[in-house]
Amino acid sequence: MSALPPIPAHPVTPAQPGLALPAALTGRRLPSWAPPAVTAGAVAVAGLLFAATPLQGRAGFVVVTALLSVGSQTALSFAVEGRRRAVDRMFSAFVYASFAVAAVPLVLILWYTVLRGIGAINLRFLTVSMFRVNPDNPGGGIYHAIVGTLEQAALATLMAAPIGVLAAVYLVEYGRRQPFARAVSFFVDVMTGVPSIVAGLFIYALWILTLGFQKSGFAGSLALFILMLPVVIRATEEMLKLVPAELREAAYALGVPKWRTILRVVLPTALAGIVTGITLGVARIMGETAPLLLLVGTNSRIETNPFASTDAQRLQEALPTFIYEQFRDAVGNPDTPAAQRAWGAALTLIALIMLLTGLARLIARLARVRG
Amino acid sequence: MTATRVPRRDHAVATRRSSFSAGDRVFRAVSVTAATVVLVAMAAIAVFLVIRSVPAIRQDTTNFLTTRAWLPEEARPIFGIAALLFHTVVTSALAMIIAVPVAVGVALFTTFYAPRRLSAGLGYLVDLLAAVPSVIYGLWGFFFLAPNITGLTLWLSRWLGWTGIVHYRLNNTPNNLSDLTAGVVLAIMILPIVSSITREVFRQVPRDQVEAALAIGATRWEMIRTAVLPFGRSGVVSAAILGLGRALGETLAVAIILAPAYTISVHLTEGGGITFASNIALKYSEASELGIGALLGSGLCLFAITLGVNFGAQLLIRRRKEA
Amino acid sequence: MAMSIDVSGLNAYYGKFLAVRDVSITIEPRSVTAFIGPSGCGKSTVLRSLNRMHEVIPGARVEGKVLLDGEDIYGPNIDPVNVRRTIGMVFQRPNPFPTMSIFHNVAAGLRLAGTHRKSELQDVVERSLRGANLWNEVKDRLSKPGGGLSGGQQQRLCIARAIAVQPQVLLMDEPCSALDPISTLAIEDLIDELKSTYTIVIVTHNMQQAARVSDRTAFFNIAGFGEPGELIEYDDTSTIFSRPSNKQTEEYITGRFG
Repeated sequence: MSALPPIPAHPVTPAQPGLALPAALTGRRLPSWAPPAVTAGAVAVAGLLFAATPLQGRAGFVVVTALLSVGSQTALSFAVEGRRRAVDRMFSAFVYASFAVAAVPLVLILWYTVLRGIGAINLRFLTVSMFRVNPDNPGGGIYHAIVGTLEQAALATLMAAPIGVLAAVYLVEYGRRQPFARAVSFFVDVMTGVPSIVAGLFIYALWILTLGFQKSGFAGSLALFILMLPVVIRATEEMLKLVPAELREAAYALGVPKWRTILRVVLPTALAGIVTGITLGVARIMGETAPLLLLVGTNSRIETNPFASTDAQRLQEALPTFIYEQFRDAVGNPDTPAAQRAWGAALTLIALIMLLTGLARLIARLARVRG
Repeated sequence: MTATRVPRRDHAVATRRSSFSAGDRVFRAVSVTAATVVLVAMAAIAVFLVIRSVPAIRQDTTNFLTTRAWLPEEARPIFGIAALLFHTVVTSALAMIIAVPVAVGVALFTTFYAPRRLSAGLGYLVDLLAAVPSVIYGLWGFFFLAPNITGLTLWLSRWLGWTGIVHYRLNNTPNNLSDLTAGVVLAIMILPIVSSITREVFRQVPRDQVEAALAIGATRWEMIRTAVLPFGRSGVVSAAILGLGRALGETLAVAIILAPAYTISVHLTEGGGITFASNIALKYSEASELGIGALLGSGLCLFAITLGVNFGAQLLIRRRKEA
Repeated sequence: MAMSIDVSGLNAYYGKFLAVRDVSITIEPRSVTAFIGPSGCGKSTVLRSLNRMHEVIPGARVEGKVLLDGEDIYGPNIDPVNVRRTIGMVFQRPNPFPTMSIFHNVAAGLRLAGTHRKSELQDVVERSLRGANLWNEVKDRLSKPGGGLSGGQQQRLCIARAIAVQPQVLLMDEPCSALDPISTLAIEDLIDELKSTYTIVIVTHNMQQAARVSDRTAFFNIAGFGEPGELIEYDDTSTIFSRPSNKQTEEYITGRFG
């Protein structure tokens, strides 16, 4: 490239008259009351349609109204404001609508779970098991399932947290740019996508078929460990990367060896973030059902030992498997005691998970304030 | 200040180097071992599924890939993954078709449309969907969604029945325990992951690109089309693929909603179907040794498919990062 | 072409933080006006308020009047999209669209406005690139991505992109701060040519540059950290640099702070 651009012999060409561009700053715009007015009109027209024709249903009414409203706003905007504004309005409508479409099922699921579950929950429901309760009769509780879920999640965490944190330490502190670290990092992300049922089958093939153990709470924890490990590694990795390099260098400059720097400086600095990541990992595995179906089995009694597996009487229960078991006992009838117990357990499980998620956010926020 | 100290410290390090490097060697070895667990686990999943399923598949008297039936307990075992594969693909494809555009819309909403104060909270709200366990999605789909979309599916059958895919044949009860219902529930389930990854991609769009578009007089949508979508395209694709991976392997929601049927039919609204994962969940408890082997074989297929899908997504993401 | 700008009582906020207080200034058509001042004095904020780019930052807003040939760009019924087409902008870091070719970068604004006729686009692209003194360097590789050019060429590409939609005013936010001296010289020459067609406002932290390219200079300053920026003095460039009437201006241009 030449150092100095050649200066053109001719002066800068003035505007061609043929190229008409808007000199006016005021675009013709729809007044701000137009969109609500059009929507009101759409409601009225939809009402007429539903009254006069065989159209029916609340959901259908909402959809028809939305389509009418967006369609006529776009048309009106096209007529008044021109093509560009009309397209802009149409896509704005699409963006707002997709958010509504996403939010509706969430609200519906939470609403429906609370509606069906709240009636089942009381102190007794939370503190007794299903021992000697006929599934077709009311009564019984989920204490045994809560115990199982908490113990299995705790065991999985005890395995996944240290291994995950150490693996992340390797990836960030030792393995930067090394091919082995890149391979591990790649497979961490691929491992995140392993379906939970496959993790269950794997532990089944390894732990039960090959090593000859029986079903137990711990076997379930092993599968949960497989699912949790990549989540912990990824979360920790992100946190370690945020620790400023100056902090490490400052420690090295004082003659502190690398491993002590990691243990004394790097990990404590990132601790809150790591704890948040682990907590989110726990929240994720707590709702897993498929591997527990294969590996843990069900039991109506309280079994506090996750390693117990001598016979079917000593298996552990877990909340997700309890919900599924009660659902099958309900044989499709939403008004059976079993279905009510399923919803009660579902609400308890959601509450537990949201509690953990909230806790994780709280830790993250507190840490950010302090840092 | 440090400059004067460093030499003395260096000397100290030199005299105590052996003990320091021993500590470092141990710590490094421990962390490498932890990292190796990931590779070992991934390899072990493949190895154990293969060695535990191959003997069973050998006993299959028909073609494992093209047979629809799943009857490993018969005297002459007949089982194959054709029906499983078909419904797994159909339900996941439906989920993608519904979820991806909505997820992109949600991501655009939280990054470029919602008022700043609102957007963090709204993003959190959608992320809450990810925290709901799959078994609860299943219950909701079975007890709430299926009965409540009968009006829609009857309407579809009447007006769009000519397409074939949403047509109720005679003698068919519209109970909606169908591929369509399962696909819709899967769509709701993968929406949070697709939208949160897409949101992160959109957040990384350089501010100066956005401003460049606005400064030449782009409307908000034109700015998105000019600066945001070209930048985020591969990120959106990989988010969608990751969502697909989730949908393919989803177990309980599908097992609860989809009435088991080992058939292949294009009538999406008619009840009945079976996926890899739901078949495992439904059959494992009564399975014989051979039956377990057969289920492990189908699990291996599912593992291979999701592995391929996730591999593709990760390669795409990594290429993007390096570019 | 070329319009005057008349700012009165401009306050600019980021959320609750008042970044610029009570700026009033008149900018003549077909002239180059330089905004100078220490970092954080609000000169860029004022510049971005002139074509409603300030408000695209979440939480940012503006009070006061900015008259473009007598019409308030913050008035009711004003379409910010039209404002930004009339008042073009060049940014601190060259920011061509990375996925677009050189040709499409320059044509981007016109294509958005609905011009798709190839011959017309070709005319405008050539004229704009010539106007930005870039045509001879890139005419053989118009289909190559804009990101492949050097920094100085990229910045001239951005100027071509800005003038392709035929604005009345060109705002430049430290356009040379990311460039080497030779590219800077090329841009300064270009500014000198462009001022026969456009009203140009340039923010610069380089006082020599302000002295070289501008007809009028506005000096902004802040009383301290967290205080709003204010317009201290506005006069002919020669006056500002030889006989400033304000003591702060004098201290700044003699290099006693900033």
